Amino acid sequence: MIVVKDLQFSYENSLEIEIPDIQLKLGEELLILGKSGSGKTTLLSILGGLLAPKKGEVIIDGTSLYHLKGNELDKYRGRNIGIVFQKPHLLKPLTVAENVALPYFFSKNLSADKVQYYLGQLGIQNKQHARITTLSEGEAQRVSIARALINGPKVILADEPTASLDDENAGLVVELLKSQAKKLGAALIIVTHDHRIKDRIANRITLNSGGL
Amino acid sequence: MSIFKLSWKYLIDKPLNTGLNVLLLALGLSIITVLLLVEEQFESKMNRDATGIDMVIGAKGSPLQLVLSSVYHVDFPTGNIPLKEAQKVSRNRLIKNAIPMALGDNYEGYRIVGSNHDYLSLYQAELSAGSAWDKPFEVVLGSKVAKAKGFQVGDTFIGAHGIAAASHHHDQQPFQVVGILAPANNVLDQLIVTSVESVWYAHDDEIGPEKLDQEVNKIGFPEADQDRELTTVLIAYRNPMAAIQLPRMINSRTSLQAASPTFEITRLFELLGIGVTVIKGLALLIIFIAGLGIFIALYNSLKERKYDLAVMRAIGAGKSQLFLLILLEGLILTFLGAIGGLMLGHFFLFFIVITNEQGLVSGLNAVTFIGKEWWIIVYALIVGIVASIIPAWNAYKGDIAGQLSK
Repeated sequence: MIVVKDLQFSYENSLEIEIPDIQLKLGEELLILGKSGSGKTTLLSILGGLLAPKKGEVIIDGTSLYHLKGNELDKYRGRNIGIVFQKPHLLKPLTVAENVALPYFFSKNLSADKVQYYLGQLGIQNKQHARITTLSEGEAQRVSIARALINGPKVILADEPTASLDDENAGLVVELLKSQAKKLGAALIIVTHDHRIKDRIANRITLNSGGL
Repeated sequence: MSIFKLSWKYLIDKPLNTGLNVLLLALGLSIITVLLLVEEQFESKMNRDATGIDMVIGAKGSPLQLVLSSVYHVDFPTGNIPLKEAQKVSRNRLIKNAIPMALGDNYEGYRIVGSNHDYLSLYQAELSAGSAWDKPFEVVLGSKVAKAKGFQVGDTFIGAHGIAAASHHHDQQPFQVVGILAPANNVLDQLIVTSVESVWYAHDDEIGPEKLDQEVNKIGFPEADQDRELTTVLIAYRNPMAAIQLPRMINSRTSLQAASPTFEITRLFELLGIGVTVIKGLALLIIFIAGLGIFIALYNSLKERKYDLAVMRAIGAGKSQLFLLILLEGLILTFLGAIGGLMLGHFFLFFIVITNEQGLVSGLNAVTFIGKEWWIIVYALIVGIVASIIPAWNAYKGDIAGQLSK
């Protein structure tokens, strides 16, 4: 269960942004639509424990994110929240498999090694030793999804995951996110302004530009 | 994966940058290494070679030159002195021991020293083969001479006049090797030692066969058949009073010159000290530039990697893990620089030693590790911490959400 209530946020010298309350059970999906500048990424950052709100709470499975301090929050995020960004942002000095395994290391997760499993699930097993620079956009985005899934998160957050992909890859990426979230029993929240994918998820809210 | 491995991966992702920084640091540190090794070994070697020699008597000239030529066998002798006068001076009651020496000949650059058995005792020399000389033209070889020339006991060779190779040859009478000294890491290693008589007779036009069969004097002054000359006399004092009276007496009342090895060598080190200070300054400057290079490289790479670092935070890395990541990059760079510097330094010294087989530095050991070298590693790591602490701090307090939304 992910619960968002009474969220308020404001950047310095600008209007307060009010964020609607959200309640989502584990295993459910939510699409947050909105134009550029409507605060979508800000909302996602708050949900991901990356940006403290001015007011309000984000509760994931009974844990209030912003009551965790520093290192605890980093570790909690590493283990329970998988984030997929608009661009894959893989670490270039590392291979595909090393990139996917990185969350294990950072969060000191001692669970079984699922790198091969997720590389297989996302159809990039043959690229595991490849350099990041040799991957196509679609492949790179799939690697970043594998990286988000590797710790078996309770919540998967995706920020414009399809924006830089072609139609075919965009559809594929959304279906992969949906099916993997189902398998993990995780809540899936996708933030996007990409209308190609809005019909693929029924549960959706729309943010208005100029405030939430 | 570990933080260490991650730092390493980022470093080898930019091999040119990394290599250049390591090389620059290694160069600076190698100069310091050479200086440390030379300083430590040179001083102890200089002191070892002069042990037991309180004063040197020779012809008038430069006192430093007299000491260098008669104790360390590097410079040219100042000239010759009459045997009789040397004997007269040496009879002074303040003198405990006087070792006469006749210098000025060589064999392929290795100096032939005419002296007595006291000279060998002075350094507590031990023979690894054969025995010391009894008769004229019998010689004992220093360990390095024997090794370089491949001589065994029983071999013979022809000496040459002068102290450099390729001078006029004394082709009448060959020297015969009767003994080889054990390596002692002192000046004897590169000398050919024989009796004073051998050096005299080598310069005579005619030598009667009876002289060649006569035993030489093994201690004290040689017995002269005519007006003979020596090059120098090594003196040991009987008591500290001698240090005050003897040099003044000899320098003012005789045609001879007295010089103190300790005094002259201290003076030499003072003169060299200025040069050493300049070289040290240069090395520190290179190390400073290397440190600056590492700082700039880390700082710039951090700008490119802000997003990488934010992503690491987003997938669970703590602030302190990122701090450590950047700090380790600096430390790995400087540690490699230190190891490279030490290796380069030892290699430089090795190169200097093998190209100066017969000079002052030939007694230095390039493969020894001295305690002060640990400090080089410590210095290097301090440079690494100083150079990477600001970039590491920036990584520590980096704003994740702000970076990711760009």
